[in-house]
Amino acid sequence: MSSLRVEAATDLGPIRLELDLTVAAGRCLAVVGASGAGKSSTLRIAAGLLRPRAGRVVCGDATWLDTERGINRRPEERRCGYVFQDYALFPHRRAWQNVAYALRDRPREHREAEARGWLSRFGLDAVADARPATLSGGERQRVALARALARRPDVLLLDEPLSALDATTRAGAERELAEVLAQTEIPVVLVTHDFTQAALIGDEVAVIDSGRLVQRGSASELAARPATAFVADFTGAVILRGTAAPAGDGTTEVTLAGGDRIRSTDTVQGPVAATVFPWEITVEPAGAWAGAPRSAQNRLDAEILSVTTIGGRVRLGLTGAERLTAEVSTTAVAHLDLRPGTAVAATWKAAATRLIAV
Amino acid sequence: MTQARWFGPLLFTALVTALLFLILPVVAIFVDTGPGELLATLDDPAAVDALTLSLWTSALAVAIIVVVGTPAAYLLATRSFRGRSVVITLIELPLVLPPAVAGIGLLAALGPNGLIGDSLDDAGVRVVLTTASVVLALTFVAAPFYLRQAEAAFSALDRTWLEASRTLGAGEATTFAQVAIPAALPGLIAGLALAWGRALGEFGATLMFAGSFRGVTQTVPLAIYERFATDFTAALGLSAVLVAVSAAILLTVKLATHASPARVLAPR
Repeated sequence: MSSLRVEAATDLGPIRLELDLTVAAGRCLAVVGASGAGKSSTLRIAAGLLRPRAGRVVCGDATWLDTERGINRRPEERRCGYVFQDYALFPHRRAWQNVAYALRDRPREHREAEARGWLSRFGLDAVADARPATLSGGERQRVALARALARRPDVLLLDEPLSALDATTRAGAERELAEVLAQTEIPVVLVTHDFTQAALIGDEVAVIDSGRLVQRGSASELAARPATAFVADFTGAVILRGTAAPAGDGTTEVTLAGGDRIRSTDTVQGPVAATVFPWEITVEPAGAWAGAPRSAQNRLDAEILSVTTIGGRVRLGLTGAERLTAEVSTTAVAHLDLRPGTAVAATWKAAATRLIAV
Repeated sequence: MTQARWFGPLLFTALVTALLFLILPVVAIFVDTGPGELLATLDDPAAVDALTLSLWTSALAVAIIVVVGTPAAYLLATRSFRGRSVVITLIELPLVLPPAVAGIGLLAALGPNGLIGDSLDDAGVRVVLTTASVVLALTFVAAPFYLRQAEAAFSALDRTWLEASRTLGAGEATTFAQVAIPAALPGLIAGLALAWGRALGEFGATLMFAGSFRGVTQTVPLAIYERFATDFTAALGLSAVLVAVSAAILLTVKLATHASPARVLAPR
């Protein structure tokens, strides 16, 4: 099996895309970044839908694009399975006919049976004769995936394949997609703006910012050791800016922009971004005795700005000298009577505080 | 909320006024034409000749327009190139051209001593005052109606459908034939209906460029005009027939669009 390498330099409106990504066969690279960072353009370059000013796309032994040698294979000559953000199902064709469209190199009389076989593999027998307009979001996504795989592509490119789904459908679809991809022996590139999704589906995560690769590694590596504040932000961490100096006891003291001081076990000096994950932050009533012995060295006074329930957890937006986000259980919210306007103290451990020099 | 009290009735009154004004002449034609006159019209061989000529010349003109216009509109809708808006303006020009001017223009181009009529003459081809000249005149005046609609229909397509088709192994021609045309079909058919309606009603350009010879160039509108001076009842009868035929074509085309699978294409 062959790997995919995409090397490209091109101007995309205000930003300049400059990337070199390699994905091994059977691996899934999740490309994450803000919208407009060049994620989708990278896929389009790989598929031949966008021609970069300079670049190379090589899939195994086949060179699909080489601007120096004047090679530029047409999209239909590159074997790319492409799942578009809105799925791009042909509205005038039934589900099976959409899949059969990908089977044009097969004898005509075999196409329908094969297309229905693909749909069956994705649990879509019941809707094989339906037109896309009558399908649910999750069904459309699976038809689109079946259609892309039916081509028996050499690479699979997924452009935000789950972002058109509602939150409930998405969770199930994420697991399914991860399972399908685990059995795939070709290189897969998944574009998403959701780090959690990237972590769940991708073997590796590449973070792109303004057309450049910022960091690449496993999701846990990125979350534990974000190379930049941008990566930390993407992994969902709270970011506090300040200046770090040694505290004397082996820890580092960070004086935040708002004047508060926090501790970290990381040793960095100078201007830093201190990051902490929302689930590391605990919330206690503002009146609690600040001098009580506790392992959490960091304590900031704040007021609750918002209370948002996500599944079994509650995300609290906190505002004070700094903006924070804390994740607590629904029980804690009821027990402590947390509501917008409540004065609280947010605490977390020095060991949960990552420092990144900026 | 004082606005709500009078604004709704205002909109309603406007619609009713427009509707009454627009259907009044059509209703008048049928009220003034008894069933007897309608049948008498169809007994008149000259009227039948005109009707037959109108139907097949307009059908031929529309066929030419669709065959050439569909790929042309697709190109305009899917490619951006320098001078694209100039090209679109030129295509739309016949829409605002008075029919008489169109007739003069066609004569100047294809008539004897015309721009290319001269060379045609040398080659032994004579268009003016023949049935071919009727088809040419109809094509000229009706084409922009189809081109505009088709261009809009192709422009409205989701570009990712075309891209998805390519990534699934289909070339540009297959994508055009199997994705773009079926997906744009309602718009294309609407354009076809408009063009056909315009071709059936064409009068000025045909009269100047093709003349009004019974059985050769005399289409229904020309036949109506000929009767208008001498026999108003016959003119009315023929008018009623033309209205019925036009309405039947419009209705058939609309029903065909509704029955087609492309109906599900309604914007998402």
